[in-house]
Amino acid sequence: MPNAREVRLRIKSIKNISQVTRALQAVSASKVRKSMAAVLQTRPYATKSWQVLRDIARQPGKENLHPLLIKRSTVNNILVVVISGDRGLAGAYNTNIIRFTQHNFSNSPIPVHYVAVGRKGRDMLLRRRMNVIAEFSNIPAAPTFQDVAAIGHLVVDEFLSGRTDEVYLIYTDFVNMVKQIPTIKKLLPLEYQIGEERVQAFNQNDHQIGPAYIYEPGVHAILDQIVPRFTALQVYQAILESQASEHAARMVAMKNATEAATELAGALQLEYNKARQQTITNEMLDIAGGAEALSAEF
Amino acid sequence: MPIYCEIVSQDRMVFEGDADIVILPGTEGEMGVLPNHAPLLSTLKYGVVKVRQQGKEEVFTVAGGIVDVQPDRVVILTDAAENVEEINVARAEAAKRRAEEMLQAGPPPDTDEYLAIEAALRRSKLRLDAVKKYRGPVRQSYYQREE
Repeated sequence: MPNAREVRLRIKSIKNISQVTRALQAVSASKVRKSMAAVLQTRPYATKSWQVLRDIARQPGKENLHPLLIKRSTVNNILVVVISGDRGLAGAYNTNIIRFTQHNFSNSPIPVHYVAVGRKGRDMLLRRRMNVIAEFSNIPAAPTFQDVAAIGHLVVDEFLSGRTDEVYLIYTDFVNMVKQIPTIKKLLPLEYQIGEERVQAFNQNDHQIGPAYIYEPGVHAILDQIVPRFTALQVYQAILESQASEHAARMVAMKNATEAATELAGALQLEYNKARQQTITNEMLDIAGGAEALSAEF
Repeated sequence: MPIYCEIVSQDRMVFEGDADIVILPGTEGEMGVLPNHAPLLSTLKYGVVKVRQQGKEEVFTVAGGIVDVQPDRVVILTDAAENVEEINVARAEAAKRRAEEMLQAGPPPDTDEYLAIEAALRRSKLRLDAVKKYRGPVRQSYYQREE
């Protein structure tokens, strides 16, 4: 039987924890609302620009159009951009994204380099002895495109310089409050991929692709303007998606923690009551026993 | 057969719907896009996009960007766009004044700051011109009453 004092202390500490988790839950709830609005606002533009990029990538003879569209015949190095959170206490959010990364690349025969966005992801990659060439932490909440444009530039530079031959982007796609899916996207070289659900959902009118584009003013002028920019934009959107996912994951995790703490506090309260009652009973027995002994003497 | 038109600005979907013709401010000159147009990728300059559908015309300002034309759709991607009917004239005028004052104050030319102010000035001028030229008489009188 645990003694009443010990149980009382445990109840107190659990109640303290539940207060903290409840506060964090409230904070995350307001943050998730904000970042959700940001994601939904920019999603049409990002989706549409991705679609335009893919239309370009489907062009016949695209290899000659822009260096970012050229598929290299031998792939010697792969670069993976992994977007995670700066902070923990978000349930399985950070673990899931790293596990997903490992699942995709741990058996790769080709050397893989990583760009870590978010401190947690960086730490986990380093612990697994991955080759991290750059890290971006402390991304502000609700970043602007300028805040994260550097990541896009880095990726494009790495690709153009030939240090890497393929670039993948791994992030957490925000579906709704309870559903966030780790997602992988091939960023460079641009290729037409089939089965991108959201693009198809946006594009209800089925259309058949016609012959090659007419470019105005000139093919190089226009592609130089949009291809690098839209590539960076995909990274930006991925960061927004990941942030919304992180806040949603943290909110759910904190809600679960608060519930568990409340439940545990209730169970311990019962135990405490029992222990307390037991001590009282014991004392009563002692007194009664003492009184009996006294009366028996006389 | 109509052509499906989408105007997307960086922060929202401004317009989506069928059109009989879409008139665009291309950098090489104005162009009208009809259904079954050949695929075309073009940059846009500051100007107005007109979407005509069964005799009705809607006018949008666009701050540059690009357009992706396919036989059955037109996708306009731009930094900023709005329907002429929803432009807030008071705000545009305030923005114009502010930009002009800031240019007067004279930040060093050719810096990012200077270019940003210049772009803001061009945007507000574009909006005001578009309102003057394209906004219907009903809305205009409504607006004057508000002033």
